[in-house]
Amino acid sequence: MRQLLILSGKGGTGKTTLSSAFIRLSKAKAYADCDVDAPNLHLIMNQLSEPKRSDYYGLPKAEINLDLCVQCDLCRQNCRFNAIQVGTDYKVDYYACEGCGVCETICPASAVSFKRAIAGELRLYVGETVFSTAELKMGNGTSGMLVTNVKKAMKSAIQDIDLAIIDGSPGIGCPVIASLSGVDMVLIVTEPSISGISDMERIIKTAEKFQTKIAVCINKFDTNLGNSEVIEAYCQKFNLPLTGKIPFDLDAVKAINNSQSIVDIDCAAGRATREVFDKTIKILFKEGLTLNLKH
Amino acid sequence: MKIAVLSGKGGTGKTLVSVNLAAVAKESIYIDCDVEEPNGHLYFKPEDIESEEISIKIPFVDETLCHGCRKCTDFCRFNALAYINKLIVFDEVCHSCGGCVLICPEKALAEKEKIIGEVQSGVSEKVTVITGILNTGEASGIPIIKKLLSHLAENKGLSFIDCPPGSACIVMESIKDADYCIFVAEPTLFGVHNLNMVYELVTLFDKPHGVVLNKCLEGENPAEKFCLEKGIKILGKIPFDNELGTLNSNALIAVREEIKYRDMFSSLLQMVTEEVQA
Repeated sequence: MRQLLILSGKGGTGKTTLSSAFIRLSKAKAYADCDVDAPNLHLIMNQLSEPKRSDYYGLPKAEINLDLCVQCDLCRQNCRFNAIQVGTDYKVDYYACEGCGVCETICPASAVSFKRAIAGELRLYVGETVFSTAELKMGNGTSGMLVTNVKKAMKSAIQDIDLAIIDGSPGIGCPVIASLSGVDMVLIVTEPSISGISDMERIIKTAEKFQTKIAVCINKFDTNLGNSEVIEAYCQKFNLPLTGKIPFDLDAVKAINNSQSIVDIDCAAGRATREVFDKTIKILFKEGLTLNLKH
Repeated sequence: MKIAVLSGKGGTGKTLVSVNLAAVAKESIYIDCDVEEPNGHLYFKPEDIESEEISIKIPFVDETLCHGCRKCTDFCRFNALAYINKLIVFDEVCHSCGGCVLICPEKALAEKEKIIGEVQSGVSEKVTVITGILNTGEASGIPIIKKLLSHLAENKGLSFIDCPPGSACIVMESIKDADYCIFVAEPTLFGVHNLNMVYELVTLFDKPHGVVLNKCLEGENPAEKFCLEKGIKILGKIPFDNELGTLNSNALIAVREEIKYRDMFSSLLQMVTEEVQA
């Protein structure tokens, strides 16, 4: 199974819009949404069935048994996350606690224990296709670990397929790093703004550390032709394939708001996206493998 | 007065709103907490930059003292330590809790500093611009955000905190000390879904809040509909506007370029100030 991951660095450049179009065009048997703290792919994939839901547990968090606590203050002094609050009693700040276990180790009265807590929900839709997604519960960390679980759930539900498409999250931090591991190619969706270019450069540097293939496409390229040229020059300089340029298109916005993919309707952005898709797939399957497509 | 600007979904206009509000104020501090992809400095192009490296503590082992008891590897909940003929530390997954150093019976572990990024402060006209930058390949920018917000601890003036997208730990950290939160929402299905997530987050932390509707088009606005349903205060509407879009994509500060945008953001700032003081 070849895994194509769609990233952008900057948010709002069109990762999910492009992912949904790629899923339609490739008739991908498996896909996943790794943007666990702002997932959106499910909003346009129109799943008919109910997902299999399972709880996601982050690391257990500390709790202080006040009957045992001797108020020695050692837990507060040794907690690097400022998660021990002192009022009349000692209390753990649930959101600040990272679950390291230092307080439990240091406590002379064995007053600290660790409780498992639900930190999110994994959702797996299994039908003709497999769609793995998740949602992190408000105020929780460990999104990287949840991303890893989303990918695992997808892979364990289906094997022996050509292609899986993974919608990533913005940024360059832990969820992105978790989504990068093990993929065959990254497609970076950028936009022609100074911010978009700066963020693209940073996500490329991050992805390069994983030694995966990287390609770039420009979304809304006609909103700033000068900056689009800068992106093209950048790709040329660093020998990164540019798989296409998609115009800004209000019809695309309408399609998304109607829970449709932009290739479900006839629009300029949709047509350009087909070209981006063809070129990207060619790069992904270069080494002798082919993807059977009937579209 | 600390005002955090957040959105859930990326690309809705957090930086547009926070940069222009900071620039239109008489005097202000702009803090970029989107340390993974900081962009505010591209607009402000601050001068007189002072930078400070941010480091975290990572354990290292004195192999002559380590007897291989594995107490540290058993302890580490983040799997940042492994013993394979000798003790190995995986810096990238270490949370710097210091537990391994505490627990080692041979005192074989100590900590060293590892640089993960920097904080830059500079000046752009009457705005103090403070930017956090996470080095590529590093997993967590939380220590940088903590440092950024420590700049605000004693400040009583007006400050704008430009938050990262999403609703995870890094956003929580950014809004922790805020007196008021501004959501920036775009009129799309995705925008509304993610607005709901940050709305829940901000409600969880009990922060007063209001919304700026960006990229408004003719016709129905799903984000506006959501705000009316939830009773979220609408602070202002920014129309979908090619001219503003072009200025913004060239990293120009609209209020410094055009009087009409200066007026628009001045009234938005006025509205926000009244809300915060209410």
